[in-house]
Amino acid sequence: MDGEELTEQETALYDRQIRVWGAGAQRRLSKAHVLVCGITGTVAEFCKNIVLAGVGSLTLVDDRVVTEDALSANFLIPSDENVYAGKTLTELCRDSLKDFNPMVRVSVEKGDLASFGAEFYSKFDVVVVSCCSFTTKKLINEKCRKSSKRVAFYTVDCRDSCGEIFVDLQHHKYSKIKNEETIECELQYPSFEESISVTWKSFPRRFSKLYFAMRVIERFEEAEQRKPGELSIADLPAVLKLKKELCEAQSVNESHIPNALLERLVTDTREFPPVCPIIGGILGQEVIKTISEKGDPVKNFFFFDAMDGKGVIEDISGNP
Amino acid sequence: MASRKHLAAVMGAKVLMVGAGGIGCELLKTLALSGFQDIHIIDMDTIEVSNLNRQFLFRQSHVGQSKAKVAREAVLKFRPEISITSYHANVKDSDFNVDFFKQFNVVLNGLDNLDARRHVNRLCLGADVPLIESGTTGFLGQVTVHVKGRTECYECQPKPAPKTYPVCTITSTPSKFVHCIVWAKELLFAKLFGDKNQTNDLNVRSSDGASSSEQAEDVFEHSNDEDIEQYGRRIYDHVFGYNIEQALSNEETWKNRNRPKPMYIRDVMLNELGQQNGSVEKNGAANDVYSVSAMASLGMKNPQDIWSLMENSRVFLEALKLFFMKRQKEIGNLTFDKDDQLAVEFVTAAANIRAASFGIPLHSLFEAKGIAGNIVHAVATTNAIIAGLIVIEAIKVLQNDTKNYRMTYCLEHPARKMLLMPVDPFEPNKSCYVCSETPLSLEINTHRTKLRDVVEKIVRAKLGMGLPLIMHGSALLYEVGDDLDEDMVANYAANLDKVLSEFPTPVTSGTMLTIEDFQQELSCKINIKHREEFDEEKEPDGMVLSGWTQAPAVAQDDKKSTANAGSSSNASSSMEPEKTDDIETTPEKKRKLSDVSESANPDLSSVAGSSTRNPEKLELDDDDDELVIFDKWDSVTDKKIKLQ
Repeated sequence: MDGEELTEQETALYDRQIRVWGAGAQRRLSKAHVLVCGITGTVAEFCKNIVLAGVGSLTLVDDRVVTEDALSANFLIPSDENVYAGKTLTELCRDSLKDFNPMVRVSVEKGDLASFGAEFYSKFDVVVVSCCSFTTKKLINEKCRKSSKRVAFYTVDCRDSCGEIFVDLQHHKYSKIKNEETIECELQYPSFEESISVTWKSFPRRFSKLYFAMRVIERFEEAEQRKPGELSIADLPAVLKLKKELCEAQSVNESHIPNALLERLVTDTREFPPVCPIIGGILGQEVIKTISEKGDPVKNFFFFDAMDGKGVIEDISGNP
Repeated sequence: MASRKHLAAVMGAKVLMVGAGGIGCELLKTLALSGFQDIHIIDMDTIEVSNLNRQFLFRQSHVGQSKAKVAREAVLKFRPEISITSYHANVKDSDFNVDFFKQFNVVLNGLDNLDARRHVNRLCLGADVPLIESGTTGFLGQVTVHVKGRTECYECQPKPAPKTYPVCTITSTPSKFVHCIVWAKELLFAKLFGDKNQTNDLNVRSSDGASSSEQAEDVFEHSNDEDIEQYGRRIYDHVFGYNIEQALSNEETWKNRNRPKPMYIRDVMLNELGQQNGSVEKNGAANDVYSVSAMASLGMKNPQDIWSLMENSRVFLEALKLFFMKRQKEIGNLTFDKDDQLAVEFVTAAANIRAASFGIPLHSLFEAKGIAGNIVHAVATTNAIIAGLIVIEAIKVLQNDTKNYRMTYCLEHPARKMLLMPVDPFEPNKSCYVCSETPLSLEINTHRTKLRDVVEKIVRAKLGMGLPLIMHGSALLYEVGDDLDEDMVANYAANLDKVLSEFPTPVTSGTMLTIEDFQQELSCKINIKHREEFDEEKEPDGMVLSGWTQAPAVAQDDKKSTANAGSSSNASSSMEPEKTDDIETTPEKKRKLSDVSESANPDLSSVAGSSTRNPEKLELDDDDDELVIFDKWDSVTDKKIKLQ
């Protein structure tokens, strides 16, 4: 525990949240470095949340230019063309985010995610990726796990009115309050690859369907070399065929994954705007819990579907 | 519910938002991104620094400006083509009448107090406009949908009223830190710096009525030629020393309680008397009264420190001195303001000294400020989640997707694996006097009670009607309004002093009164039943209203004590959000019929029981701002004191 006090400015600004998680947690937040790859509407929400929370730094990676789609989902981008012409998506987001909290260092990193080495990722305490292929997710997760310092890894994906968050905190120690006492806890997380290789047959019957649906979509996009989200209704027949194959391979009934759900995810790959703050909010809370080492973190998947309104945690550990 | 089918409904909708604070900022942004084109927003507040950790549409440079106005401008920056109309006004203003509400397809509340919520609820019922309610505290939040005739209205289930404390607990037998805060704030601070004409229980002892109040008055008066430091010590000795000794003299009180220790300045400060450890000159340059600070003057930097008895005593004396030397003009008019640093310092010190006296653990300024200021702890993420959920419900409402309306609870600890838990809305409560026609019953002595008492204690206080109109058949007994002529006003004033049974059309057993609120368009009937006697202790109002459900007053824990008060435990170890009063009573009621979904709607009581020992608070209030705490329980045994 460091001896530095919060400045007067920090105490005044963060008063209401210090009353939630305490000054110690606030100090830890101010020293944390977060990397975010893939700026979607949901990720923009997440960035806003952690900048307001007062992390030490936030680094943005996304090589896309500003598009109509990006504008529509993202409140960080001003509509004034004079302001955004010539700038990349990340540069615009960075400028807006800095405004929310001048005490947070927000910067942009250019380049291809896959090419960054393990030592790049080890500069960060938290890495969040979105809009990545299955292979890229695995790759980055592995690189995070290589570091001697723990680098927390999250994926977040929102399609239509559904959202999925994956959490890998490796070995996580934290405290929590139960019955007015503070207790120390420890959790061990599987990697992304380990998690998704758990056989479907072993899951309880009432497992979130969204998990399976996302895996089918993931597999399809990978196999067809599509960018994440680059699907349309025309792909549905092929997706359903893949679903059938995967279910057979996993020895589960096809009805495990409702066609209607897949149809939604394939037809409307854009984020449904009200779902962005929900997923971005949950993700924000999770990252804050991880950095502050307080409170039970989600282990290890979170699913939301606006259709039934449930936000559910599923634990897919490597160990049955 | 397909994502894109909503577009037509959304684009043509006219939406009213009430509140541009924590939930409001997130909501306005999300509405804009979701395609809404015509949004109106009401908020009477201005922006403060402590808002900026979550009300992200605002910047440091906006402090002091209207929230509604600045929120509008900020959103137009990324959605310039939409129409946002902002009102820097109180939603209770008469301008926002039923006709005003009628122009909207849905109303979305992001309020922070019960009073305004009830008001908006009634207007929405009167206008027959769906209302989506919401609230957050720390990591907890919820969204509820209210559609007249279909679901409960906001008042169908009683909302826990803010906590009150018996007078004797505050004046004589405190057992928790919050009692000391109430004493320091409502009694001592008020006595020294507030309106001298206000009655003050400061020298009341629980059963000993023999206090010579005139002598006591003199104690608190500061004569112009008295040295201020001397005055401070005198006050200290009086309230912490003499008053305690007086209380100790009443043996009965202390039979089963720990006896408090009287504190005298000479014992606490030892040889520090006369030493100038604070410097008035340090504060000399301060132009802004709010920058005058005892802590600064004494070189104390950290508001999270827990001061020793000696330090608290120093702060007490220094703060008192600074009030008299730097803020003389305000004395006699001051009310406690949580953003008034010196006031917070004084109250913290006074509360801590009293706590030390009674063996209650001391608290830091940070914690004390939270309790005294009823500060609600708040973070951006919960508000963002709730805003998203509100918009999802709003879109359903616009599409008349009635089968899918739901209430959603955002939990800190998962219940059955869920962090976001949907629940079907309930049917309207048939005995809700706000949205149903069921009459209430009032037992009252019609031969002795004046109309005034009914108006004050029942109509205004319990029924929450601000502009009431009272009729007996076709006879108008009383009304309030701008358009009344002098004769009528005089007539009504006279009526207030009439005893019920003495009206030309006597109000007696069996009479049915109709009570309406003009602005809220709320009408309710009350059956009068005459009763001779009332229990002075149990029924101090001398009347009993039934058919009107009230939430039970609640438990004694500091953590749960004051609704929306800060936790009394050390903030740095507390990850738990404030456990405020009572869980909402679990529905024994009929639920709305809906399609059977895979997991049947969970019974709230089992959810509450399974998560933590203390049930999750499901009814919440949002954000800052003082929550007015009023005390009017019929079943109370002692006189209650307010924490305001």
